[in-house]
Amino acid sequence: MYVAVKGGEAAILATHDLVAEARRGDPAVPEISVAQIREQQALACARVMNEGSLYDQDLAALALKQSQGDVIEAAFLMRAYRTTLPRFGSSEPLDTAAMAIRRRVSATYKDLPGGQVLGPTYDYTHRLFDFALMDEGGEAAPRKAPAPLDATMPRVPDILGAEGLMEAEEPPEGDPRPFDLTRDPVSFPADRDVRLQSMARGDEGFLLGLGYSVQRGFGGSHPFVGEVRVGEVAVEFVPEELGFAVDLGEVTLTECQMVNQFQGSKDVPPQFTRGYGLVFGHSERKAMSMSLVDRALKSRDFGEATNYPAQQDEFVLYHADNVEAAGFVEHLKLPHYVDFQGELELIRRIRREREERLAREQDTMPEAAE
Amino acid sequence: MTVHQMPADNTKPAYNYAYLDEQTKRMIRRALLKAVAVPGYQVPFGSREMPLARGWGTGGIQITAALIGPADTLKVIDQGADDTTNAVSIRKFFERTADARTSEATEEATIIQTRHRIPEAPLKSGQVMVYQVPMPEPLRKLEPREAETRKMHAWAEYGLMQVKLYESIARFGEVTTTYDYPVMVNGRYVMSPSPIPKFDNPKMHMSPALQLFGAGREKRIYALPPYTSVKSLDFEDHPFRIQSWTQPCGLCGAGDSYLDEVVIDDQGGRMFVCSDSHYCETRRAEGHRGTMLGDAAASGLVEETTP
Repeated sequence: MYVAVKGGEAAILATHDLVAEARRGDPAVPEISVAQIREQQALACARVMNEGSLYDQDLAALALKQSQGDVIEAAFLMRAYRTTLPRFGSSEPLDTAAMAIRRRVSATYKDLPGGQVLGPTYDYTHRLFDFALMDEGGEAAPRKAPAPLDATMPRVPDILGAEGLMEAEEPPEGDPRPFDLTRDPVSFPADRDVRLQSMARGDEGFLLGLGYSVQRGFGGSHPFVGEVRVGEVAVEFVPEELGFAVDLGEVTLTECQMVNQFQGSKDVPPQFTRGYGLVFGHSERKAMSMSLVDRALKSRDFGEATNYPAQQDEFVLYHADNVEAAGFVEHLKLPHYVDFQGELELIRRIRREREERLAREQDTMPEAAE
Repeated sequence: MTVHQMPADNTKPAYNYAYLDEQTKRMIRRALLKAVAVPGYQVPFGSREMPLARGWGTGGIQITAALIGPADTLKVIDQGADDTTNAVSIRKFFERTADARTSEATEEATIIQTRHRIPEAPLKSGQVMVYQVPMPEPLRKLEPREAETRKMHAWAEYGLMQVKLYESIARFGEVTTTYDYPVMVNGRYVMSPSPIPKFDNPKMHMSPALQLFGAGREKRIYALPPYTSVKSLDFEDHPFRIQSWTQPCGLCGAGDSYLDEVVIDDQGGRMFVCSDSHYCETRRAEGHRGTMLGDAAASGLVEETTP
């Protein structure tokens, strides 16, 4: 009897071995450690934590190691792990006004309480290779102890808000627990908590492109960076059995608040509107992109036209998720023999029928001429 | 969190039976019950992030995980075949996480998870078909906005779909949709049958099996209870028709099955073989021989075994 030759399983197992070999690279080169990735590739780890929706620097570093530095694959690993974790509760709201500041800049005021704190940034580096980094052993030059920062660093929108110039943002009635898009299906129109959550885990490149599109005219936005701040914020949790807040540790966050113009209405005096971005780690580009798109997505709430992609919540939320997008784009690699056979059968038949019809018409033509 | 998710003090953390935690399984079962109660209606559900890629069957996997128990026998097919790479991968997932008993025999399976095909052998009462669905919304290509398509379903406003089919007939003389051909369920909801070839659509109609559809990335579940009317959309003067081939299966000689085309050389040589690998194998075991069985053995597609 003839049986089909089945090589699928062995072939799949072989791919696992091959990927392990490719990941390791040349064995003569020392293996990279998770700690090295965590300490020396921290910005990549931040991106993995954001798009993986899980704050864990060690796991982010492990994910990057396991995925050979493929950020989306690493975010996928984080999410597939995160989804199995028990949820024991929600933290208290974070207070970013009480952030231990590493960096804080405002584009709207030359000086303000707490001042401008440049901190670690590539903004003023010249993008010239530092060939000294080709060799190991370089230690950062010891720095003079910096002057201590001011104890209070008010957030810029709060300064504007005190004057009534900034759109007030109140929690919805009853201050309900925010939606969790990893547990419940999203429906549209989506509320702001869903939008912000979706963007916080959304693809940095996608949000960057959308934010850029808003600036270039695909959605009229004229923002100022009210403030970007980076630093550590304490996470507090109130266990039911204790009834008071316990400090769980701290997370590094980047917060961006954009100040946008807005025409008032007959009933509301003109005021600035807010675009908000909050992300894990030091991720200014992501936080800024998010705040641009956040403001664009408020268009409907403000009765503005929503003609452009960045203003449409279905477009932004459905397509910002790079793990989902990558899965669906890459599923095209899966076998489609059956559907393709249907198309082949159809196109061959239509062409055959067309040729037969043309031939018939050719045959009848001379008679018609007579 | 459920009790069996809690690892004991000195054990490594473990995954729950069939991967998903029991709360999630309950949530999925509730969505399934609703879907069965309203045939063809797309029920939103809290689709979880799975350790397999979105678009690679996570909807079907979640449904199977919510249903499977130690007494079940699972069959997984992709393109009709049990040994396609992703079918192998999904079957291994359940062997690993649910200690599942698996089988390639259609008649032995209690749960059949599938992508793109319905087996040729008739399904029986008590069997469950689980379809992997990429795009659950049949109207999506006509209207991209979910907020709008939900309204169209609510009002049973399907004129747009009829116009699309009509335009296809006007341009090509026939409906050119060959797979994922829309169906009307129970006279109420237009439904995507998932990207099965339209050849398989008639098998859905009044099937004795329970048919469940999972779209993980799009977070929708829908269902056909046993013995539900499933009618492929058509017109009186352009009745629905299925694919046919001018030659039978080259391996088993079947003239009634859906065929895949296999290119066998670079001179335009090809053969047609059953896409349902188990069906083809069963027929060969019964002694049916296709005209190209010898060629297939020569090209390594099949091998002869001594009984």
